[in-house]
Amino acid sequence: MNKSFGANSLRSGPDERGRFGEFGGRFVAETLMPLILEVEQAYNAARADPAFQPELDAYLKNYVGRPSPLWFAERLTREIGGAKVYFKRDELNHTGSHKINSCMGQILLAKRMGKTRIIAETGAGQHGVATATVCALFGLPCTVYMGATDVARQAPNVFRMKLLGAEVIPVTSGASTLKDAMNEALRDWVANVRDTFYIIGTVAGPHPYPMMVRDFQSVIGEETKVQLHEAEGRLPDVCVAAIGGGSNAMGLFHPFLDDRSVRLIGVEAAGHGLDTHAHAASLSRGRPGVLHGNRTYLLQDDDGQIQEAHSISAGLDYPGIGPEHSWLHEIKRVEYVAATDTEALDAFQLCTRTEGIIPALEPAHALAYVRKLAPTMAKDQIIVMNLCGRGDKDIFTVADALGVKL
Amino acid sequence: MSRIAARFAALKAEGRGALIPFLEAWDPDAATSMEILRGMPAAGADLIEIGCPFTDPMADGPTVQLAGRRALNSGATMVHTLAMVSAFRTENNETPIVLMGYLNPILSYGTTRFCTDAAAAGVDGLIIVDLPSEEADLMAGDAKANGLDLIRLVAPTTDDARLPLVLAGSSGFVYYVSITGITGTRTASADELADAIPRIRKHTDLPIAIGFGVRSPAQAAAAVKAADGAVVASALIDGMVATLDAEGRAGPNSVRVVLDQVRALAEAVRAVRK
Repeated sequence: MNKSFGANSLRSGPDERGRFGEFGGRFVAETLMPLILEVEQAYNAARADPAFQPELDAYLKNYVGRPSPLWFAERLTREIGGAKVYFKRDELNHTGSHKINSCMGQILLAKRMGKTRIIAETGAGQHGVATATVCALFGLPCTVYMGATDVARQAPNVFRMKLLGAEVIPVTSGASTLKDAMNEALRDWVANVRDTFYIIGTVAGPHPYPMMVRDFQSVIGEETKVQLHEAEGRLPDVCVAAIGGGSNAMGLFHPFLDDRSVRLIGVEAAGHGLDTHAHAASLSRGRPGVLHGNRTYLLQDDDGQIQEAHSISAGLDYPGIGPEHSWLHEIKRVEYVAATDTEALDAFQLCTRTEGIIPALEPAHALAYVRKLAPTMAKDQIIVMNLCGRGDKDIFTVADALGVKL
Repeated sequence: MSRIAARFAALKAEGRGALIPFLEAWDPDAATSMEILRGMPAAGADLIEIGCPFTDPMADGPTVQLAGRRALNSGATMVHTLAMVSAFRTENNETPIVLMGYLNPILSYGTTRFCTDAAAAGVDGLIIVDLPSEEADLMAGDAKANGLDLIRLVAPTTDDARLPLVLAGSSGFVYYVSITGITGTRTASADELADAIPRIRKHTDLPIAIGFGVRSPAQAAAAVKAADGAVVASALIDGMVATLDAEGRAGPNSVRVVLDQVRALAEAVRAVRK
């Protein structure tokens, strides 16, 4: 870390106000503002401390299991035809997704700040499990807010969090999904500002969270660059990742932002279809607004009321997106497309059948797009897709969608 | 002189503090909330705070969250909230009205258009919960150009080093969030208030109102003893909720119960001589 980029770099953001272009910022109540500033100061101090990154790296290597492999999905490539498809296998991390990369960084920061209690929000439960895990590792009490709808559809992860010693609080406001869990976590934080650290799961929230989570997740793209260079001696042509809040995508994309030859494609959840009201495609169908501490693209009605998102994947079921993605969308550095529930389910089965990897429904959305894109490319071209989570947690949802009784 | 400044000056001359009751626009329906608003001045409201419904009120507890949900279910929009104020102004030109809400519905309306329309409707000040000093430039110019006070929140976590920054852009009055927490939960102790208010006074001549956790007449009296005004929200909403039927519809007593509560609060506030 402690990177310094030139003025022409797309990696130099955010500015001192936490803005990426007009997106980002710190739109929180005054009660939280001093704490947000304290988190920012502590994070800057940690970055400047030569001991911090090596400590984090040691945990990532010996506990998380990094680097995660870069896998040439040869059978899948043959099956769909066209460009070579590589998977960045972040589903092999301890706890089964990329979420732990950032949880590990944030809990080390919480410890440096002397915080004694951790809270988090979770959608699919992957971030909740990763947070509960690092809390168990460091012996800190952990409270996870999870929408009641998600508690029901992600039962295995709820049990996992409880086994890890976390308290899981079902949230029943709104549609009882990720957005509402984040509201409730922010309310908890306001009431417990002095002793509590909020480990946010995605590249959203007030500054410095979008920057901090991005920095911790950028290990994904940095490893990919080195690994693909070893395997192919060059940069990929395209990087593809699924987008809910956007943390796994940002982690893969950020190290490639200045490599202008590399196409970067984020895949939002189109739910039942972009032209229905049941999707989670904030960039494709939303407009800029302010929610959860940052200015970004949001699904909202004409009166500025936030709309409920829908996706078969609980992790993508969020009406907003990280502010840096909003900026990358506006400057057109990253392309944002969408995949429906049905396309993701098909891709889920394709991956399982051809590669022996059960992906989470989140990266199944990315694969749904890869499946369309690869056949349009030449055989010597390369796509890297972030396989950011494993699908064990989703088998009940998938069985239900396929009409199978377990 | 603005309505807010005039009202606080008059109260100072009278030697007492302000009662600032809150109502959520269109909760539980347009007619009931309008009738409550109309009745508040006669019941003893010195200033009135109107909540602008929002789907994601992150600083509010369950009581205000549910009030917002009922309001949105009854069809509330920002246009409707402003229309309530216009209607109120046809019969009352003295009682200051402050809108309290979250930024996104205002951004969606357009900040310039919103400030113009709010001022034309007769709004005197804005409290925007998720617009801290660091982001206030987004609204400050439009608010000022339209004579709207931007009322800042000061919290127990706002330390002495930060107070000047927060107060620099404040006008109208200072809203002291008396607890670290969400609305309708905990109440600050008299000792906490006795520490906090003089600390803020050192930095400003503006009147200070205390909100979050002020529920009973006794608590309202304690708040105006320590500061210049008391904001009561969740307790009034709870009073009204008790009168709703199983479907959340207003009953025959809904308006009277809220206004009776306002009268009791006003009596306690007026009994404190300053």
